[in-house]
Amino acid sequence: MRPRQSSFWKVFATPTVIAMFSAGGLFAALLGDGVWDALSWLGLGIPAVLALRGLLHRR
Amino acid sequence: MKSKTIRRWSFVHTWTSLICTVFLLMLALTGLPLIFHHEIDHLLGDAAELKQMPADTQQLNLQQLVQAAEKHRPGDVMQYFGFDEDEPNGAIAIMAATAGTEPNSSHTFMLDTRTGEALEMPSANGGFMMVMLRLHVDMFAGLPGKLLLAFMGLLFVVAIVSGTVLYLPFMRRLKFATVRQDKSTRLRWLDLHNLIGVVTLTWALVVGVTGVISACADLLIAAWRHDSLSAMVAPYRDAPPLTQLAPATRLLDIAKEVAPGMQPDFIAFPGTRFSSEHHYAVFMKGSTHLTSHLLTPVLIDASTLEVTAVAERPWYMDAMGMSQPLHFGDYGGMPMQILWATLDVLTIIVLGSGVYLWVVRRKAMKPVLEKAESVA
Repeated sequence: MRPRQSSFWKVFATPTVIAMFSAGGLFAALLGDGVWDALSWLGLGIPAVLALRGLLHRR
Repeated sequence: MKSKTIRRWSFVHTWTSLICTVFLLMLALTGLPLIFHHEIDHLLGDAAELKQMPADTQQLNLQQLVQAAEKHRPGDVMQYFGFDEDEPNGAIAIMAATAGTEPNSSHTFMLDTRTGEALEMPSANGGFMMVMLRLHVDMFAGLPGKLLLAFMGLLFVVAIVSGTVLYLPFMRRLKFATVRQDKSTRLRWLDLHNLIGVVTLTWALVVGVTGVISACADLLIAAWRHDSLSAMVAPYRDAPPLTQLAPATRLLDIAKEVAPGMQPDFIAFPGTRFSSEHHYAVFMKGSTHLTSHLLTPVLIDASTLEVTAVAERPWYMDAMGMSQPLHFGDYGGMPMQILWATLDVLTIIVLGSGVYLWVVRRKAMKPVLEKAESVA
């Protein structure tokens, strides 16, 4: 059980953090304007930037 | 994870994705201009431009607006008046041959609430953006089209979940965001599919689920009519049809009295699917950011102007209300729209790379390879 669990978190730790940022971003702008909007841009910007970096980065 | 388990998830992921991909591609492509519909309307000159007038210009009352609308389209009847705080001097009017006419046959325009002047909104009634919208909403196929798209949305959700499960065996030996550039095109796209898929996961799930909820709106409204509305208007069941409506003049004041602290969102005139044959329904929204998406209908007797009921909001109507911003991405300014479009394009790339990976794998499929691949 143990080795499997650790490999689970090894693989899913970063995606989980990104998922929480995205969810926070989706929710933030529902609460208000100004700072709340900025928080949502941050939250949704993280997945967008990470995906574009992988896509555009060529060695 | 056992290789048998992986094969099963892989089967689920492959087939749920393949079935929904064509529809999802269509939805993602038509959704792209819809994210910017406001800006595109302005650019094409399709948006109604209200005249500049002194800020304290007197507003017409609702009945005067009704008369202005009826003068603009003689023979049609009022279905809805919509209000928008971004345009305090304009009201959206929706009219049709009969109050019960289905939405796609209605005519939408804007009324200047100071002069009663009617301003056409071409993109609300036809043209390129309307084609995009209809494709996106029901593929010009009415309720069956909506339900088919809802089902495709569900498959998309299953594809996302199964894809996330498969992410584990694929990435066990790889660091996050690894994209193997030097081995083969297939491996590069496999890694990109996994990377883009997993980072856009939450957004895609939210947009997918809220899309499914919106696609079921017709059913939810029918359920609401059946659950809440029919009980409240039961005493009117045998009442004769109305020949004359009481003037709309004070509708908003009446509604504000019984729903203090709330703002009017739209008025449904008697006979529409948001009202009854004998009632005006004023839909009031909350005045905070969050509750502005939740609507409370106030039913007002259309001959006596007495409040029949302030309807309760069933949970599924709230779910429908909250689904709209979360699906449209229109609640966080232009940067959010751009992020929405970016994530939409990234989803197109995940869909496309998924098909590519399936094709390549099928071509390479030999009994031995197949086994090696499914555990790779």
